Amino acid sequence: MTATASRGTQRRAPATDAPARAGRTGKPRVEPIFYAFLFPAIALFSLAITLPALIGMFYSVTDYVGFGEYDFIGFGNYAALFTDPRILSSYGFTMGFSLVTVIAVNALALALAIGLNSKIKFKTALRGIFFIPMVISGIVIAYVFNYLFSNTLPALTGTGSLLVDPNLAWLSIVIVTAWQSIPSAIIIYLAGLLAIPEEVYEAGSLDGATGWRQFTSITLPLVAGYVVINTVLGFKGFLNAYEIIIGLTNGGPGTATFSVAMTIFTGFTSGDYAYQMANAVIFFIVTVVVSILQLQLIRRRGVSL
Amino acid sequence: MSVAINPAAAAAVTTPEARRSKDPKESYRPNWTTTILLILASLTVLIPLYFAIAMSLKTAAEAASGTGLTWPWPMQFGNFAEAWTLTDFPRAFIISLLISVVSVAGAIVLSSLASYAIARNWEHRGFRYSYFYLLAAMFIPFPVIALPQIKLTAAVGLDNPLGVALLHIMFQLSFSVLLYSAFLRSIPHELEESARIDGASTWQVFWKLIFPLLAPMNATVGIFAFLASWNDFMMPSLITADSRLQTLPVVQNIFQQQFNTEYNVAFASYLMAMAPTILVYIFAQRWVLSGVTRGAIK
Repeated sequence: MTATASRGTQRRAPATDAPARAGRTGKPRVEPIFYAFLFPAIALFSLAITLPALIGMFYSVTDYVGFGEYDFIGFGNYAALFTDPRILSSYGFTMGFSLVTVIAVNALALALAIGLNSKIKFKTALRGIFFIPMVISGIVIAYVFNYLFSNTLPALTGTGSLLVDPNLAWLSIVIVTAWQSIPSAIIIYLAGLLAIPEEVYEAGSLDGATGWRQFTSITLPLVAGYVVINTVLGFKGFLNAYEIIIGLTNGGPGTATFSVAMTIFTGFTSGDYAYQMANAVIFFIVTVVVSILQLQLIRRRGVSL
Repeated sequence: MSVAINPAAAAAVTTPEARRSKDPKESYRPNWTTTILLILASLTVLIPLYFAIAMSLKTAAEAASGTGLTWPWPMQFGNFAEAWTLTDFPRAFIISLLISVVSVAGAIVLSSLASYAIARNWEHRGFRYSYFYLLAAMFIPFPVIALPQIKLTAAVGLDNPLGVALLHIMFQLSFSVLLYSAFLRSIPHELEESARIDGASTWQVFWKLIFPLLAPMNATVGIFAFLASWNDFMMPSLITADSRLQTLPVVQNIFQQQFNTEYNVAFASYLMAMAPTILVYIFAQRWVLSGVTRGAIK
């Protein structure tokens, strides 16, 4: 390892050079026990994450169906993905859903955070209530909302169920996902709002910046970095939408709300294992590209992450 | 979920509030318009919960008709008993708890040890690269590697709650290492050096000095690991082969699979699945929120 480079120059006792510090005369030796500290995490991580990722990439260029023999078919799976309407529609739905949800979550969470950060009565109780969705299992809350959408709302409004309308079913998924995701976004916004000194608002109000003007000229620019954080984190999470969809529409009506994650999982039962592995590789690339694009955005905004 | 922000933000977060709280009480005039708007908004959280409770106390006939929002009288507490036996609640609960406890302990021990090694050997390439290697998993969501993972866990006999717990630890590792590393950088080396002069080994320094100092981060990592593990549906439903070894969220699907009109029993079951975390949250709210906030601003 790198320790060998400096081994010859180090003559101090191991006990004193162990707390390794840069900026001295070269690099101190690594105390062997640190390798033992690091090893379990790296080893398990490699077995549980890296190995499956490599296996998946390997199978994505074969015609493996999940068992038995297989042949290499090059990038045939990848080529087929781009013309498969089922795949394209799952990406379309997942991206569109994520985009709308990110916008909805950020707008509502920022509004609620500003409210919760202002001089209000029952502050602790209200905060407590708004954070409850964070601790509930997504699948269970989706089941609860399933009944609300299919029975309660139609009974109250006299309209049909949101869940069986091919054009509007996605909206139910946005609502429940937002319901569950808003608390963690509020927490991040509250951290951002608390970091704004009171004096900034006082100075602003002397110049007549109150109400909406205060929001657009002071609050929004100063929490812009937190907006980006919430967007990156939210988008990455929403792309993996699965259990809330299972609990609400199960991908329906038809395949209107079939997400990419759900499509990949069908590879296990439908015999197109290798094909869905190619899909998973593409999905990984999409996730990384989306994250990198958003991180570029952060850098341009000058927010230190 | 969270992300590393400028550590200065962490310090900034506490100061304005501390200053504000020193203001004389009289200057605190509550804004009633905002309060009322927030109370109305909180109904979006409370109504679904009220609805779940109301549903769970109805008869099957009451639950299958109307809006479901009316409060039932008399209340049918028997639904909970029925849901209890139907889902085999004690077993699912214990399996969920087992997975969560192993995940929390594993996430804390594995990532604090690794982070300590990384933070104290940062100038060595191997450790630095290890950090980025572990962090890279933030970009690998479970669906991407799910299919090979399902096969692998089955091949090595881990298609059970233990395998689920292991995967939970692994998917929590990036975030935990990120949190610990940020925190470890703020612990001065001098503390450790004085312990070493007193003859403590690195192993002792870690467990006797560093690990206790990490307590706030242990709490944060633990809360996130627990919530992620306890509430997860995707991994247990796909990894665990034996349906009798399923977790609390997963067993709820028995009310979806068969043709089922007993909504009252289903909701009693949903409520029992939600109750543990909600109850813990209500009683430890201050502690949970401070832990989660620490994660959000690190």
